[in-house]
Amino acid sequence: MAVLELNKNNFAEVTNTDKKVLIDFFATWCGPCRMVSPIVDEIAEEHPEYVVAKVNVDENPELSAQFGVMSIPTLVVIQNGKVINQSAGARPKAQILALLEG
Amino acid sequence: MKNSYDVIIIGGGPAGYTAALYAARAGLNTLVLERMAAGGQMTLTGDIDNYPGFEEGIDGFTLGMKMQQSAERFGAKTEYDEVTAVDFSQKVKHIKTAMGEYHAKTVIIATGANPKMLGLENEAELTGRGIHYCAHCDGRFYKDKTVAVIGGGNSAVSDALYLSNLAKKVYLIHRRDTLKATHIYKVPLEKAENIEFLWNTALTSVIFDNKVVAAEIKNLNNGEISGIALDGVFISIGRKPATDLFKNILSLDEYDYIIADETTKTNIEGVYAVGDVRTKPLRQVVTAVSDGATAVHFIEEYIANF
Repeated sequence: MAVLELNKNNFAEVTNTDKKVLIDFFATWCGPCRMVSPIVDEIAEEHPEYVVAKVNVDENPELSAQFGVMSIPTLVVIQNGKVINQSAGARPKAQILALLEG
Repeated sequence: MKNSYDVIIIGGGPAGYTAALYAARAGLNTLVLERMAAGGQMTLTGDIDNYPGFEEGIDGFTLGMKMQQSAERFGAKTEYDEVTAVDFSQKVKHIKTAMGEYHAKTVIIATGANPKMLGLENEAELTGRGIHYCAHCDGRFYKDKTVAVIGGGNSAVSDALYLSNLAKKVYLIHRRDTLKATHIYKVPLEKAENIEFLWNTALTSVIFDNKVVAAEIKNLNNGEISGIALDGVFISIGRKPATDLFKNILSLDEYDYIIADETTKTNIEGVYAVGDVRTKPLRQVVTAVSDGATAVHFIEEYIANF
């Protein structure tokens, strides 16, 4: 499935689902974010059972503040509108999948 | 044998991909095992100005990708997989990863180093929530706020200067009374009016109340403890080599760097250590890439008589 671009207007609609939603908070100028970004894209391709989305922190300060994002990349897993996992820093693919499975 | 190579390189930073370039170009069957993405520690910095050939400077992520592409041009392969165990006891080396197993005639260790932690009680828990190791990644969340940088080397000073352009105030907290940083930073530091030096001082704890609100500091001369209000702490006190996998297998020095001289040869035949993970006087991108080339020079000799 394609990776969705989240902003404050579509956020509630996209995340209010019983599917697990993986959100990658990133910025275009951050090296570790650029390392994680293709891994997140791959997970979106390989795992249609998850919704995968990205938030550009520069364009969405409200969403970043709402999740207390002070470090990027931050990965958040949401289900039924509730945060079930959150992790700051770049992670290898196996660990990102573990966040989703956990 | 399946998944069998002439050269397996563990780690895809500048040393690893230079080794891959030289090995692949020499016609050796070459694989890089990288846990995340090319670039290594270069991805944590902003622009790199001291790697020659890029007159405008180049960002670390792009340089990492270029090095990877340079190696792939000659047939080097990359698997994104994390090494979990190594067995160097036989002539053919054996590597286990999260997703598979590999064999190689020679192994080049290019695992680099990670930021050293300060040792605060709640440090791991607050990482990314007020305690940070990458000013260039997280500095922008501290626009017009107060932060502290811990350390006195080049990285700490360059972080403090970077943050001084964003934050309202930057404390530079250092255990000694002089900086280890090079002369090039002297003038910009004097010009940065919002940097305050706290010499002979250690940060002893960070106070968290939904967010980081303050820190406790100790004057190392008289033992006096005081508090400062701040919003974030950036730790830059050096690096720790990524050698946990090789303890009790390779000879390490007292700081856990792999003992290898300019030949990059370790104490085990057919195993080489390149870049920041090796004992060496200067850890820079240019010295990392030179290690990569040197390792392959000796590997060609070794494989010819394998």
